[in-house]
Amino acid sequence: MRLELERRGEQSRVMTVLSPVIAIGLTLVAGAILFLLAGIHPAEGIYTYFISPVTTAYSAQEVLVKASPLILIALGLSLCFQANVWNIGAEGQYTLGAILGGWLALAFGNFSSPLVLPAVLVAGIAGGLLWAAIPALLKTVFRTNEILTSLMLTYVALLLLDYLVRGPLRDPAGFNFPESALFGPSAVLPTLASGGRLHLGVLFAFGLAIIMAFAMPTTLKGFQIRTIGQAPKAARFAGFGTNGMILFVFLVSGGLAGLAGISEVSGTIGQLLPVISPGYGFTAIIVAFLGRLNPIGIVFAGLIMSISFIGGEAAQIRLGLPIDVAKVFQGFLLFFILACDTLIYYRLRLLKPRAAT
Amino acid sequence: MGWLEPLLLTIITASTPLLLAAIGELVAERSGVLNLGVEGMMIMGAVCAFAVAVQTDNGFLGVIAGALAGAGLSLIFAVLTVSMATNQVATGLALTLFGIGVSGVIGDGYVGVDRSPLPRLDVPGLTDLPFIGPVLFGQDALVYLSFALVIGVTWFLRRSRAGLTLRAVGDNHHSAHSLGLPVVRARYLAILFGGACAGLGGAYLSLSYTPFWVEEMTAGRGWIALALVVFASWIPWRAIVGAYLFGTITILQFHAQGAGIGIPSQLMSSLPYLATILVLVIISYERTRARANTPLCLGIPFVADR
Repeated sequence: MRLELERRGEQSRVMTVLSPVIAIGLTLVAGAILFLLAGIHPAEGIYTYFISPVTTAYSAQEVLVKASPLILIALGLSLCFQANVWNIGAEGQYTLGAILGGWLALAFGNFSSPLVLPAVLVAGIAGGLLWAAIPALLKTVFRTNEILTSLMLTYVALLLLDYLVRGPLRDPAGFNFPESALFGPSAVLPTLASGGRLHLGVLFAFGLAIIMAFAMPTTLKGFQIRTIGQAPKAARFAGFGTNGMILFVFLVSGGLAGLAGISEVSGTIGQLLPVISPGYGFTAIIVAFLGRLNPIGIVFAGLIMSISFIGGEAAQIRLGLPIDVAKVFQGFLLFFILACDTLIYYRLRLLKPRAAT
Repeated sequence: MGWLEPLLLTIITASTPLLLAAIGELVAERSGVLNLGVEGMMIMGAVCAFAVAVQTDNGFLGVIAGALAGAGLSLIFAVLTVSMATNQVATGLALTLFGIGVSGVIGDGYVGVDRSPLPRLDVPGLTDLPFIGPVLFGQDALVYLSFALVIGVTWFLRRSRAGLTLRAVGDNHHSAHSLGLPVVRARYLAILFGGACAGLGGAYLSLSYTPFWVEEMTAGRGWIALALVVFASWIPWRAIVGAYLFGTITILQFHAQGAGIGIPSQLMSSLPYLATILVLVIISYERTRARANTPLCLGIPFVADR
């Protein structure tokens, strides 16, 4: 007896909705087994990772704050992945957004004007957009593989940030610590409620998800992106320029990653540091897939991933587990979601040893 | 000439992990599978090799453990992409994220532990030769293994029946299937070989190159190895050229940093990544040459039609 895949006549609608749910369930089971092996009560482990982050108002706000960059980046990546463009350098585009926006914020210093913040945000978007333009142009002009170029540029961006906060952008009054000065008050994203953790960047993420949820199914651009991804030949006959579309999705996703980057340093951190991301750009890839490349799905997926980040910190403190356990869970989740996705297009058939077919 | 010998020796140590990982991925890609999990398999090889070598105080067992860890991780990839026909790009990315996470958990207790590097295989008499001796006859086993693998893979792909099957599967899996060739088995074996090689590359990093364990110590070498396969246009011996080119760049930027040239160290450290981009652009611009050996089914899942 063996398992075989059999192509379904059409996509299974049930499985489209069900597959992320099954994947999450399987991840929890795998997590419980891991906790057992580590000698931790599974219920306590799962509670710490996935429930405790939403039990207090403070940590629930933190979940939203950490989910925002994930959602912003994943929304952009979902366009790329739908068009079969593999931008995996979002971490670098996020970093460049933080660098360019942060640089402008520092240049403004304490200069006060309502125009400072929009200028800083635009600079952040431009930073991510320009960094994404490099692999996009290399792909459209030279047919260079965008997976490798966008990833290599991530390493370059991280080194650039490290250089800047230890060199030109270091706070002169900062006792030689590798960090920039704090941004001036008018370059900081305002909080939504006084004293709270939520800032305007959170609204960007959720607002944009809603806009895209309406725009993707109804606009020509959304249709073109899907066509190019699913039926490249049909798209060519229809005259949808492939190169233009590669540039478009790359620049949009780069700009959104840049917006996430500047929102993080301006809203959450308040200055430039050598490390400004726990791997948002990479985790957003999982978020995009877990959310079925669908804007609303991405919001839920971003929240789940964010919970696992915060839960990872809680588990480090309470259970003494290494912080990387959260990454292991994220990896599991992506494996399971990919495996479950197969069930959308294929049926599993249990075959008796073939006698005659 | 006094400076040239240590320079060559360090270039060899910097190039070997790249060569090991690249030759394995080359075989996997020749079977039509694009495994972007090289970075994850390498880091798993590095941590498992180091942990086992410390626990057993035996470098050889460490190397074996590294290869097994890489192969083990690649088995997940094989089950998902070959048996379940998942998207290879996404699955490979997942493998890398997963490998980095697991390696951090395993390596948690090994940060800061010291170990002497793998022994050199000295050939009595020959190693004492001036200059040539240490460079050619004073390396550790993995350096020789990396070259042996290139020769072995060249022979396998060109001359053996199994190699012909592998290439047929990579170029047209439907035709290969119709001819009764074992598409699934060929891909499984190629992926496992690639995983073991990436694991060996990682083992070399933690047992010989540094030799200690730090988190994310592969620092993108797995991705550079992937670029090397494109650079080599899927021909084994060219992977040697590519790996040693990158090894040389890595070492030269170290020396330039040490010499105190007024260039920021971060800029020098980014040179291997920038060089990778440059090389990819040049290769992809020469379309005819790049295409000649590209496995035609690279990245396309295979599901048998009945």
